[in-house]
Amino acid sequence: MDKIYSHPVSLRDNSTHYCAGCGHGTAHRIIAEIVDELGIREKVIGLAPVGCAVIAYEYWNFDCSEAAHGRALAVATAIKRVRPENIVFTYQGDGDLAAIGTNETIHAANRGENLTVIFINNAVYGMTGGQMAPTTLAGQKTATTPAGRDVLSHGFPLKISEMLALLPAVKYIERVSFHSPQEIIKAKQAIKTAFLNQINNIGFSLVEILSPCPTYWGMSPQKSLEWIKEVMAKEFPLGRIK
Amino acid sequence: MKKKILMTGNEAVAQGAIDAGCTFYAGYPITPQNELTAYMAVHMPGKPGIFIQAESELAAINMVYGASAAGARAMTSSSSPGISLKQEGISYIAGAELPAVIVNVMRAGPGLGNITPAQSDYFQATRGGGHGDYHLIVLAPASVQEAYDQMFLSFDLADKYRAPVMVLGDGMLGQMMEPLQLSAVSFQPSAENKKPWALTGCAGRSPNVIKSFYMDTNELEKFNLNLQKKYALIRQKEQRWEEIFLKDAKTIIVAYGSMARIARSAVHALRGKGKKVGLIRPITLWPFPEKAFTKHLTSNTRYLAVEMSYGQMLEDVQLAVGKAKVDFLGRAGGGVPSEEDIIRRVNG
Amino acid sequence: MTEKIIIAGSGGQGIMLLGKVIAETAMRENKFVTWLPAYGAEVRGGAAHCAVIISDTEIGSPLIDKADTLIAMNALSIIKFQNRIKNKGLLILNSSLIHQFKKAKVDILECPCTEIAEGLGNNKVANMVALGAYLAKKTVIPIRAAQEAINEMAPADKKALVEINIKALQEGAKSANG
Repeated sequence: MDKIYSHPVSLRDNSTHYCAGCGHGTAHRIIAEIVDELGIREKVIGLAPVGCAVIAYEYWNFDCSEAAHGRALAVATAIKRVRPENIVFTYQGDGDLAAIGTNETIHAANRGENLTVIFINNAVYGMTGGQMAPTTLAGQKTATTPAGRDVLSHGFPLKISEMLALLPAVKYIERVSFHSPQEIIKAKQAIKTAFLNQINNIGFSLVEILSPCPTYWGMSPQKSLEWIKEVMAKEFPLGRIK
Repeated sequence: MKKKILMTGNEAVAQGAIDAGCTFYAGYPITPQNELTAYMAVHMPGKPGIFIQAESELAAINMVYGASAAGARAMTSSSSPGISLKQEGISYIAGAELPAVIVNVMRAGPGLGNITPAQSDYFQATRGGGHGDYHLIVLAPASVQEAYDQMFLSFDLADKYRAPVMVLGDGMLGQMMEPLQLSAVSFQPSAENKKPWALTGCAGRSPNVIKSFYMDTNELEKFNLNLQKKYALIRQKEQRWEEIFLKDAKTIIVAYGSMARIARSAVHALRGKGKKVGLIRPITLWPFPEKAFTKHLTSNTRYLAVEMSYGQMLEDVQLAVGKAKVDFLGRAGGGVPSEEDIIRRVNG
Repeated sequence: MTEKIIIAGSGGQGIMLLGKVIAETAMRENKFVTWLPAYGAEVRGGAAHCAVIISDTEIGSPLIDKADTLIAMNALSIIKFQNRIKNKGLLILNSSLIHQFKKAKVDILECPCTEIAEGLGNNKVANMVALGAYLAKKTVIPIRAAQEAINEMAPADKKALVEINIKALQEGAKSANG
């Protein structure tokens, strides 16, 4: 009988602190599987964000650093420049990558740093208690948009992936989703491509994942997946952007 | 011995850093320290030197965080308003116990202020500057030669204590030229400089994590207590100062950096007139060289704190001398106390 | 011996370089020396000045309140710095651009720096003419050492200009000894 499942070496054997139905656990696991599959566990350096995934290094079994809120791509830039032989990736939420860290994001991308960026877009701030994110949808209720996001005063959902795609030094951007097992398989493919691009010195690669946050969406995990498919993916279309 | 060369303070800091084994520099342009960044842009690139003009001061200090986490001797430089922006990253560097060197070529504030020399960032530098209970080791060069030499010291101290070190100069020192004797030897990494904690990939060892976050408050308190122990050790071991004519001094002037040069001229002039005046020049601002004062403390010594700010270093002098009388002479915002100002105050 | 020199003029007159040549020469003569430029907003509007101090002993402040020597290369610099010369101090005055300036208790040496430089074919070397006049008048550093410094300071792509600079230096000295 063939072994068809094993626990990734790159994932520690402990349970996560995430809420039921949260996408972070899935994302952590996919990354760990890819790191194993590519045989880069001893070369990889991960950057954990400020946000719900701040202690991602408690789950990953390889070298990691925290970065201040929004600064992961500045930190990663330097690590990769100092150690070009290592494989460096950032794992960032929407507030981190597209609000407080927009500047670092745009300029690391514009310099074409040979990095892999995993961008978790769940349209809300999780760790701080469900406030509006730059990617919060029009009309979406959050702790700081109690009547729903009014685009005329709060701005529109920020499509940072499309913005980054305009930059000549950016090599690969794809938006994927966690709303079904089939989509998760596609997401894994995209993330693998983003890692392979770094290994092959192709350059800046980013995968945006539409990821569920049932707690702050006020929905069941099942309903959250439907909401991604029916609502969120309409605003943030899936597929290869660059 | 190498030939002496004329260099500005800014250039001497840059060359000193390179000779001291700095292999990573990130910075953002701001006057009056631009010559430093420009010098790095010319002399850093190539193996293994890395130069990045960052998109912001925040990015620059966080690049230093990353480079240091990866094991490099890393530095950034800026001037006052830029240093304010870097405070977030400096706090994280202290919290993650990373070695790093930050150069502040001070200008006059507050706000945009002006690019004239000042020493108004003393509190910010010596009290931590960002959030949390931490300190920087703060060195204050008073000459172009010392600016160069202190880069070796600052990288060594940063590595030794896994702590950020700030070199605190000012626009005058940054811009002025003096003859400089370059070191005959440049930094060679030794066993002492091994960084087993650095992020290199976890081949042959368990994973390393660079972090300042502690979910458990007991753990965070324990970490803070350890930091405090480190600071106590630094306080005990690393106080540095220069003293002139203290033995019979009735008045002791206290000044650091560029200000100390002017104070030194005043001291020599006053001694020429038979006045019993001495000088303590703090070389480390944190730890403040309290030992210099306790060594010479007599009940009738009068102190005069002279600074290009409004009573910042003064507080440390007062703490160091207890009940002794401390006079103050300070100007900032473009004004620099002159030799004559100091002489008048001592005679007055 | 301590000699405090303020050099002032307009941007493009080689004010900073003049100061640097003095500083470089003094260093080669094993003197203590500081060179401090005006920077930032001070140099806006085309004005330029620097302060050079040469001494046999360690130099405290690089700032100069009252100068032993003022080298004034244009009319504006005289207005700005005439009160910064010490009693009985020396004023080297570029008489090509500054006319009929009188001041009591100051030793004034008029030198038509710009005209001499033009005579040599390049008005940019007026600064070296002034330097020659200064070093002829005050022997704080030997003119021969200044020549060596100029020769060695010139970057590889400017070596062709060394000759005219040294010529300017000599002409300046000649004019001062007049």
